[in-house]
Amino acid sequence: MLGPARIRVAGTADLEVIVIVGYGRGNIRSVENALERVGCRFRTAGNPREIASADKLVLPGVGAFGECMDLLRAKGFEAAILDHVARGKPLLGICVGMQMLAETGHEFGTHRGLGLVRGKVVQIPRKDNSLRLPQVGWNELRPRKDCPLLRDLPGDRTAYFVHSYHLAADEAADISADVEYGGPVTAAVSVPPVYGMQFHPEKSQEVGLRILSNFAAL
Amino acid sequence: MLKIRVIPVLFLMNGLIVRSERFEDFKVIGNPLGELERYSEWLVDELVYSDITRDGDHDLRRDDHKTKNPGDKLAILRAVSESAHMPLTFGGRIGSLEEIDSYLLNGADKVLVNTLAWREPATVSRAAERHGAQAIMAGLDVRRVDGHPIVFVDQGRESTGQAPDVYARNLERAGAGEILVNSIDRDGCAEGYDLEVVRAVADAVSVPVIACGGAGDFSDFRAAIDEGGASAVAAGNLFHFTENSYKRAKTYLKDRAYDVRYPYPG
Repeated sequence: MLGPARIRVAGTADLEVIVIVGYGRGNIRSVENALERVGCRFRTAGNPREIASADKLVLPGVGAFGECMDLLRAKGFEAAILDHVARGKPLLGICVGMQMLAETGHEFGTHRGLGLVRGKVVQIPRKDNSLRLPQVGWNELRPRKDCPLLRDLPGDRTAYFVHSYHLAADEAADISADVEYGGPVTAAVSVPPVYGMQFHPEKSQEVGLRILSNFAAL
Repeated sequence: MLKIRVIPVLFLMNGLIVRSERFEDFKVIGNPLGELERYSEWLVDELVYSDITRDGDHDLRRDDHKTKNPGDKLAILRAVSESAHMPLTFGGRIGSLEEIDSYLLNGADKVLVNTLAWREPATVSRAAERHGAQAIMAGLDVRRVDGHPIVFVDQGRESTGQAPDVYARNLERAGAGEILVNSIDRDGCAEGYDLEVVRAVADAVSVPVIACGGAGDFSDFRAAIDEGGASAVAAGNLFHFTENSYKRAKTYLKDRAYDVRYPYPG
């Protein structure tokens, strides 16, 4: 029968703990459902103290850059996330969670980001009005460099995008995958131990589960 | 390249999945979770659940959290989102910002708003500011009156008097990130989409437009893309009643060089 295969990581009981940063934005439930399916140990943290013991962090996000960043700061997560990364532990930002890794965001004004990836978040460049925004749907990932999260992707390597802004990285070498949408649009960044996915791995069926499973296995 | 999406739409009525014809005849065809299993196996691009329950109070200013149906709806959404490993749009009969918040918190990736955008566009704008325009799919239901397409709200019962292109521009201005164009006259009739209306809306806005209402066979999908200018095609009955129809639709389009996602072996 044709069905989404369950991707399980060997020896999941020994795996380290993934903590989802629950600052009030992002489809936490979908991320939890997907991690559950991958079979990893995870929990969602509602305050910064709860992420101190995390081995890996997932930073989700939907909505506007500034509002997400304000909430993250107001709840005191910024310093805790930066501290986690400074200790060399992996961080995965998803959608606006990836955009917040940048130095600045330019949606509804200019906002300071976490500054973990050099670059800024700008609207997807539009040469004419024929390009529809937001970009909604499945687009084929084009690898730009070797990234452990993007290895062994099954099927047609399509992932689900829904966004109008993207991370324009200063260094092309920080981009691990892009997609074609009126020109190259940043799909994934990798500045170990920091990783970001503009698309939603938690909604991208087998391709997404593979990426989350790769993250769990880092 | 961005793939053309093929989207099954499931109509919920009093908690069950129904087939709908011209917005007035309904027949129960299943339960929300049973249907979901099939669509999960088919690896659908995304799924839309639209509540079209008719009875009950339609006052948009009611407190929805205290009435029975929306409570059931939240339970349905939670159950569906646990096993839905595809992008999920949930909506229909949404009457408040709080309702939008609660759907997005409980597993919906997008909400489908309709009458609310006509009565309280500012509420839709606030939702778009809070959650991003990409989380707001707006429904636009058209009925032909003396041959002229007019947008209707309240499940086809109230005319807005507006032409689809004008109405669509207002939806985009209010913060809709996507527009689902449905035809009341063609709903469930399998006579093809109202291509003229789909085209008018697609030309009027720069957000993605989804054609819905009337797909009878796979060639209607081609027409919606080529002639209607749709970014995505949606259908209900076509997927409910034909064996393995979703994958066959994808194969049909792929064989004709349409850029669809095809995550199937072989």
